[in-house]
Amino acid sequence: MKYEPRPEVKDDGLDESIKKLTPEKIKETIRFALDKECGARLKVYMDTCVHCGLCATACHQCISHDMDPKYAPVAKVKDTLVEIFKKDCKVSPEFMKLAARIAYIECGGCRRCSMYCPFGIDIAYLLMVVRRICSMLGVVPMYLQDTTNSHSVTYNQMWVQQDEWIDTLQWQEEDAQKVVKTARIPLEKEGADIMYSVIAPEPKILAQLLANAAVIFAVAGLDWTMPATDGWDNSNMAMYSGDFESSGRLERLHHETAMRLKVKKIVMGECGHAFRGAVYDGPRHIGQAYPAVPVIHAIEFYHDLITSGKIKIVKKFKKPVTVQDPCNTVRGRGLGGKLRDLMNWLCEDFRDMNPRFEHNYCCGAGGGVINCGPPWTRNRVVANRTKGDQINATGAEVVVTPCHNCHSGIEDIIKEYAPGTHVKFISELLVDEGCMEIPEHLRPGGD
Amino acid sequence: MPDYKDWNWEPDKKIIADVADIGNKYSEVHEFVVSGDGEKIAVPVKTGDGEFTACVNGELWDARFERLWYPRFGPDARLAALVMSDDEWTVGVDGSVWDEKFEYVWNTQFSADGGRIGVQTKKNFQYSVCIDGKPWENTYLSIREFQMSRDGATVAVLAQLEELSEADVFTFLDGTWGVVVDDKPWDDKYMNTWGVTLSDDGRHVGLQVRVDNMKYGIVADGKLWPEIFAHVWEPGFRPGTGSLLAPVKTAGGFALYEDGSPIWDSRFMQIWKLVFSPDANRVCAVVCPEFGRTTVAVDDRAWDITFADVVRDQVFSPDSARVAAITKDNNRWSICVDGKPWPVDFDMVWKPAFSHDGSSVVAKGEQDGKYFVAVDGRVWNQPFEMLWEPIMSPDGAKVLLRYVEGGKYCRRVMPLNEIK
Ligand code: SF4
Ligand code: SF4
Repeated sequence: MKYEPRPEVKDDGLDESIKKLTPEKIKETIRFALDKECGARLKVYMDTCVHCGLCATACHQCISHDMDPKYAPVAKVKDTLVEIFKKDCKVSPEFMKLAARIAYIECGGCRRCSMYCPFGIDIAYLLMVVRRICSMLGVVPMYLQDTTNSHSVTYNQMWVQQDEWIDTLQWQEEDAQKVVKTARIPLEKEGADIMYSVIAPEPKILAQLLANAAVIFAVAGLDWTMPATDGWDNSNMAMYSGDFESSGRLERLHHETAMRLKVKKIVMGECGHAFRGAVYDGPRHIGQAYPAVPVIHAIEFYHDLITSGKIKIVKKFKKPVTVQDPCNTVRGRGLGGKLRDLMNWLCEDFRDMNPRFEHNYCCGAGGGVINCGPPWTRNRVVANRTKGDQINATGAEVVVTPCHNCHSGIEDIIKEYAPGTHVKFISELLVDEGCMEIPEHLRPGGD
Repeated sequence: MPDYKDWNWEPDKKIIADVADIGNKYSEVHEFVVSGDGEKIAVPVKTGDGEFTACVNGELWDARFERLWYPRFGPDARLAALVMSDDEWTVGVDGSVWDEKFEYVWNTQFSADGGRIGVQTKKNFQYSVCIDGKPWENTYLSIREFQMSRDGATVAVLAQLEELSEADVFTFLDGTWGVVVDDKPWDDKYMNTWGVTLSDDGRHVGLQVRVDNMKYGIVADGKLWPEIFAHVWEPGFRPGTGSLLAPVKTAGGFALYEDGSPIWDSRFMQIWKLVFSPDANRVCAVVCPEFGRTTVAVDDRAWDITFADVVRDQVFSPDSARVAAITKDNNRWSICVDGKPWPVDFDMVWKPAFSHDGSSVVAKGEQDGKYFVAVDGRVWNQPFEMLWEPIMSPDGAKVLLRYVEGGKYCRRVMPLNEIK
């Protein structure tokens, strides 16, 4: 066990924002959050914890810090909520800064620890309550707040302008036609079966993934559409910053857009937190128990396309591959089995991680942690040496990451701990690596 | 002003275009759209390498474009499409192209009579709008919503009025977004602005704003309502008046306010999507009486029946007496009228319409990939390959059907009582 002071990190979202706080404002805000927004659930969890510390070994941050006790899940609650209760909400601005750091940076809300707690206490929920309080007080890491601001203005997380979105789809359609001549990205097609939604990094920095989707849809012969309006981004960082009003607003528009287009389901690209937002956390922020429109994650979608024969696998990827289980689709929704099927169908040398499935460790980027931006990158990488060890133990050269946060987070991790390893989305195996059959008659120049 | 009373309401069936033939003729045929009166069907088609145009009732526009998309018929049945040539975008209307060109144009809007057509524009990385080919003089950092008054004389947009550098969360808090009406920005700026709406005559402007991290408000004609709320949703003007209504979240739950004061006694977990009766005296909204249940409330009274998934697209009867809405429960779509659900459900259902006397409700439904017309909960046993929403005749005795059957697009007016 090791104890080291937290490294100094400058983040104006925390450092500057607390200057505007007074103890009275803090107390009033916390009281409101605890009394008006948190019910029996919070009280039961707080009263049930016996401080046994079993959750400590579950947290990648604690393990990666050589079991430094301050990174134990129970300690994160003790240093935030327990302290707040003890002091009857009379806490200082400096305290709020530390609480924000613990809740936003030192916990990614991955929910692994609740599986190791004998009582199943949902520590991620408790730290989400802390995030909510911080958000109400405006003490949020600057880049995460900026992402939330983008969501609140543009309904996407990267300030993508409306014309940039449509324009990108139009040129990605042209790119897709270089692979499959009939490929289209049908915009605003009312009555299509499927609305395909993605997260903003796709049009902004990974546009080829949109072309890949168009290729897959064309080969599978599906009736699909994408909106040419706001509501196309299924991501939701407001859910993680604690701005539940913006979170609800986003989820409402995402589903409203699908209903306006009269589709029967939403298929979403390879992203985990977006699934949590669209399927099980987001709807609650607008008073709904279920998503208004059924949502299918890319893992389920590809699985269904292959098992139904709509797409055929004609080649296996040769290099040794391992796979990251995105917390929100695997621990949160049990898609680990289908993910393994895909890996085995697509890869000649699939080497599973250990531990795996719902026991796999978080990538360390999810839960809004990577959105806290450059000031915290080093911190995030140090806090997930565990993942680097896991990847190295497989000997894999490629890590498949069916989630944008996992993809970017693991990219940083392998740079540090597993150089020479690369990350890939499943759609890249299907299309770019040629695992999926493109029938001759669909190829440009083919009959 | 086009009046649907002037449409041809003689019971008759007319084949307008051979859709199957259009499909065979061109290497790419995109999505079909039809005019309100059913007399025209249009689709973007590829006529050559990198060459597109609009095909209307089987006839091509003369001009060819590198791209043509988003064809939309206005209420006067003119066709407007977004077109690109030499990397410049503009709008083509019935085959003629606006002189003014842009880096991008999108989000076509029509005035109620179709006489005015507007789009959002981008030029030199600045944003604006262009109405009938005449661009506004000013440009803005960004524009996200764009509303035209019914008469088309007034245009309001939400625009970014202050520069915001990357991750500048403090300037954002001070307010960078505001309202621009007819190219004149309002003085006030807010953290967030949403749901700008205009009164029928365009003289009044309302919207939702976020004034602080946790504080939301409603702005009417530039003035913030005195009360601040925990949340707000889209406001709407009572037809023919300058009175603004909005769902607002108060300590007791969501309430319906008019001009800053509550008008409903009930409080709900959620209220949104206000719809006014034609006589402007009544208002209904989608409400959640409890977590996970949703229904319609009309004038402060929620229907007894509630639904788990969705309620949307409410519509009043022309006499303002009745309300119908789309519902979804257990992933099955249906229609509910005055709190009474239809006995049939569908894979998908479209917005219902009342007959003129309010006695009948008609809707388009989809089942197993075929489209059907349903009246008062009975499904007409006549499947269509394609079908647009049925329109009731002014006398309520007939219905206009626009559909594709056997590869042909048809316009048919038939007596309502023949749909069985
Ligand atoms: S990061 Fe995951 S394991 Fe660690 S405290 Fe948070 S929820 Fe628990
Ligand atoms: S394992 Fe459960 S009971 Fe034990 S300290 Fe952690 S949260 Fe508390």
